[in-house]
Amino acid sequence: MSRKIYMILSTLLIFAFALTACGAPATQAPAATDEPAATEPSAATEAPAATEEPAATEAPAGEPVTITWWHITTKDPGLSDWQKMADDYMAAHPNVNIEITVLENEAFKTKLTTVMQSGDPPDVFQSWGGGGFNQQVEAGLLKDITADLEADPAWKDSFAPGALGVYSYQGKNYGVPWDMGMVGFWYNKDLFEQAGIDAPPATWDEFLEDVQTLKDAGITPISIGEGDKWPGMHFWNYLATRICGQEKFEAAMARTGSFSDPCFVEAGVKLQELLALEPFQEGFLGATHDEMQATFGNGQAAMELSGQWAPSTQAANAADQVGVENLGLFGFPAVDGGAGAGTDVVGGGNGFAIGKNAEPEAIDFVKYLTSVENQTVIAANGSGIPVVKGAEQGLTDPNMLQVAETFAAADYFQLYYDQFLPPATGSVLNDSVQGIFAGTLTPEEVAQAVEDSVAQEIE
Amino acid sequence: MQQLPAIPNILKLKRESSVPRRLQDTLLIALFLSPALVLFLLFVIYPIFRSLYFSMFDWNGLGPAVDFVGLKNFTDIMTDKVFLKALGNVGLIVAFSLGLQLPLALALAVMVGRDLPGRGMFRTIFFLPYVLSEVNVAIMWMLLFNPNPDRGLINAVAVALGGEPVGWLSDTDIVLWSVFIALTWKYFGFHMLLYLAGLQNIPAELEEAARIDGANSFQNFFYITLPLLGSTIRTTVYLSVLGSIQQFILVWIMTKGGPVNASETLATYMYRFGFVRFQLGYGSAVAIYMFLICLIFSLIYQRLSRQPDYLTGL
Repeated sequence: MSRKIYMILSTLLIFAFALTACGAPATQAPAATDEPAATEPSAATEAPAATEEPAATEAPAGEPVTITWWHITTKDPGLSDWQKMADDYMAAHPNVNIEITVLENEAFKTKLTTVMQSGDPPDVFQSWGGGGFNQQVEAGLLKDITADLEADPAWKDSFAPGALGVYSYQGKNYGVPWDMGMVGFWYNKDLFEQAGIDAPPATWDEFLEDVQTLKDAGITPISIGEGDKWPGMHFWNYLATRICGQEKFEAAMARTGSFSDPCFVEAGVKLQELLALEPFQEGFLGATHDEMQATFGNGQAAMELSGQWAPSTQAANAADQVGVENLGLFGFPAVDGGAGAGTDVVGGGNGFAIGKNAEPEAIDFVKYLTSVENQTVIAANGSGIPVVKGAEQGLTDPNMLQVAETFAAADYFQLYYDQFLPPATGSVLNDSVQGIFAGTLTPEEVAQAVEDSVAQEIE
Repeated sequence: MQQLPAIPNILKLKRESSVPRRLQDTLLIALFLSPALVLFLLFVIYPIFRSLYFSMFDWNGLGPAVDFVGLKNFTDIMTDKVFLKALGNVGLIVAFSLGLQLPLALALAVMVGRDLPGRGMFRTIFFLPYVLSEVNVAIMWMLLFNPNPDRGLINAVAVALGGEPVGWLSDTDIVLWSVFIALTWKYFGFHMLLYLAGLQNIPAELEEAARIDGANSFQNFFYITLPLLGSTIRTTVYLSVLGSIQQFILVWIMTKGGPVNASETLATYMYRFGFVRFQLGYGSAVAIYMFLICLIFSLIYQRLSRQPDYLTGL
C-alpha cells in the first residue's frame, strides 16, 4: 500500500517537474506585458499584411511589438549611445520592446550565420554590405524596404547616395548605412618627427624611404595584426586599387577581365617590396587586430593602415586608455604608373540590414536611429562618420573631419575587397595575402587563387 | 557483462514469470530508454545524415541546397594541401599527447598519489586548469605568449634572462608547439585524475609483496603499477586521441589555425569552410571525413585493446 503511494507521489513529482520546466516562460508571460512569447504569434500573423501596406504607423498603438536588434559596438561611448537611443524610443513608444544583443565582431558573424540557416534573422542587425549581404538578399532573408524609403523622401534623401547604395542589391534597398569611412595610414606625428620626417609620403617610393628612415631611427615603422588576416589584406587591396584602378577591378568582377591580370600580381610584388624592409612589430604574423591597435596606441609603432575606427580602438586598447597624442592621417600613397588615382579610397562602413520578419516598427526604429539628431550624436563622440546630411556638423574630432574630407574628395570609392567579393573569395583573398606576409606564397599564386575562387563563385 | 543474466533469476525467485510481467518489463525499459534514444537520434544520428546529404552539394547555407555536385567535395578535400597539412598537424598533436602529455600526467599522478606532504593541495592545483573554460585558457596563454616583451610574461622572462623575444604564436615553426603547451596545461590534470583513480584500485598488498621480494621502485612501477593501470591507460589514450582529432576552441582562439595554416587542425579547417567561407557543403564533407577518422580509430582501437584485464582476474 505504502509502495503505491510512493509510486503515485513520485509520478506526480515527475509530472510537476516536467510541467514547470516547460511552462516557465508561459507562466511568466502575463506578469510582464512585453514578453516576447506574447508577441511572437502576432508577428507571424501581421507579417503578410505588412508587406501589402507600406504604412509604418498602421499598427495599433497599444499592440506590443518586439524588435530584435544585434549590433557589434561593444565599447563605449557607442555602446551606451545605442542603449540610450533604444531606451528613448521605447519610452516614446510604450508598445515597442527592443531586445538588444551586443556581440563581438567575430562572434556576431558566427551567430548570424546560424540564425540565417534557420531562416530567422534578427529584425535589425549590423551589416557591411557587399558579397555576404547580396547572398542574404538572394536567399530571401532580408526585407525589401525600397517602398519605405520612397514613402519618406526626406529620410531617403538624407543619406549620402554612395553610402545608401552599399545596402542595395539590383536596385532595391534592404538596409541603410549609419557610418561610412575609409582606410588610411594613421601615423604618430611625434615618432615621425623623431625620425626626421617632416611630411607624410605621397608616393609608394617615398613611403618605402620613410619606412627605412624610421627603421634606421630605431622605431618600428608599422603595426599590423596579421593573425586576423584582413589588416594585411588592406595593403594588397589598396595596392591593387592604385595599380589596377576601378576599370580592371570591375572588369574582373564582371568576368570580362581576370584577377590573374599582371596588375593584380604587381600589387603583391609591391607588397613584397615593403615586406623586404621588415617594417612590422615583433610577432605581427600572429597578432590580432586589437594587439595591432594596442601596439600603435602605446606609441610603439609609427604607422598603421586602418579605418575610421582606429582612433577610438587605439585608445581603448592602449595601456593608458588615451592612445597616441599627436595622431595624423594620410591617404594610401599613389603608385607611379598605376591606373588608379591617389585620391581613390578603399573603405566601408557600418549599416543596419533589415531582417525579413521585421515589422513596420523596426523600420520606424531604424529611421529614428538614422535621424540627423542621432547621427550627430554618433559623429560627436567619434563612433563613426555620419552618413546623413547635416550630421557632419557633429564631427568635432579633427581626425574624423579629415576622414570625412578625404572620403568626400574621392571620385572612386571601393568597398573593402574581402567584403565586396563573395564571402568564399573574400576569405581566400585574406588567407592568401597572409601567405605573402609569411613568405609562403608568391604574388602570382595569390592573384591566381583569387581568380580561381571568383571563377567558381561568380557565374 | 557476465553478471547480467543473473538478474532475471532473482526476479523469478520472487514471482513466477508470466508474459504480461515480461511485457511490462520491456515496456518499462522502452519507456526509460526512449528519452535518451529520441535525443540521440535527433541530435546525433539525424545531423550525421544531414551532413552526409549536404556534403554532396555546393551550398552557401542560405536557402535550400540545390547545386548537387556528387562526391566532388570529397575528392577536392583529398587534394587540398591545407587539408593534408591539418591532417599532419592532428597526427603531431596526437603523437605529442600520447608521448608527452600522458606520461607527464602519469608521473604526476604517481607523485601526488604517494604520501607527499600537501599532496591534496597539489592535486587541486594540477586539476585546476581542467576546470577553467577553454576560452579562458586560450586567452590567458595568448597574453602569456604575447611577442612584445613589455606585455607578454614569457618573453619578458626570456628578455630578462638575456634571450631574444620569441614569436610563440607568429613563428610558423613554433606555433604548433605553443598551442600544444596550452593544450597540455589544460588537459594533463584530467588525465592525472583518471590515473589517480586507477592507482587507488591497485591493491597495496601487491606492491608490498613485490617489495618484500626485493623489487626496487622502478621494477615496482614497470611490473606492478603500469600493467595494473592498463585499463585506465587505454581509456586515457582513447580520450586523448579523440580529443586531439576534434580539438578546435583553443586553436581557433589562439591562432585561427594560422599563421598560414601552420596550426590548422581538422576542426579549424572544417570551421573555415563552413563558417568563414560559407561553403557548407564542403565543410560538411570535411565533417564526414572527421567522423570517419574517429569511427575507424574507435573500431580498431577497441579491437586492439581487448586484452585480458589484470584486475578482473584478481
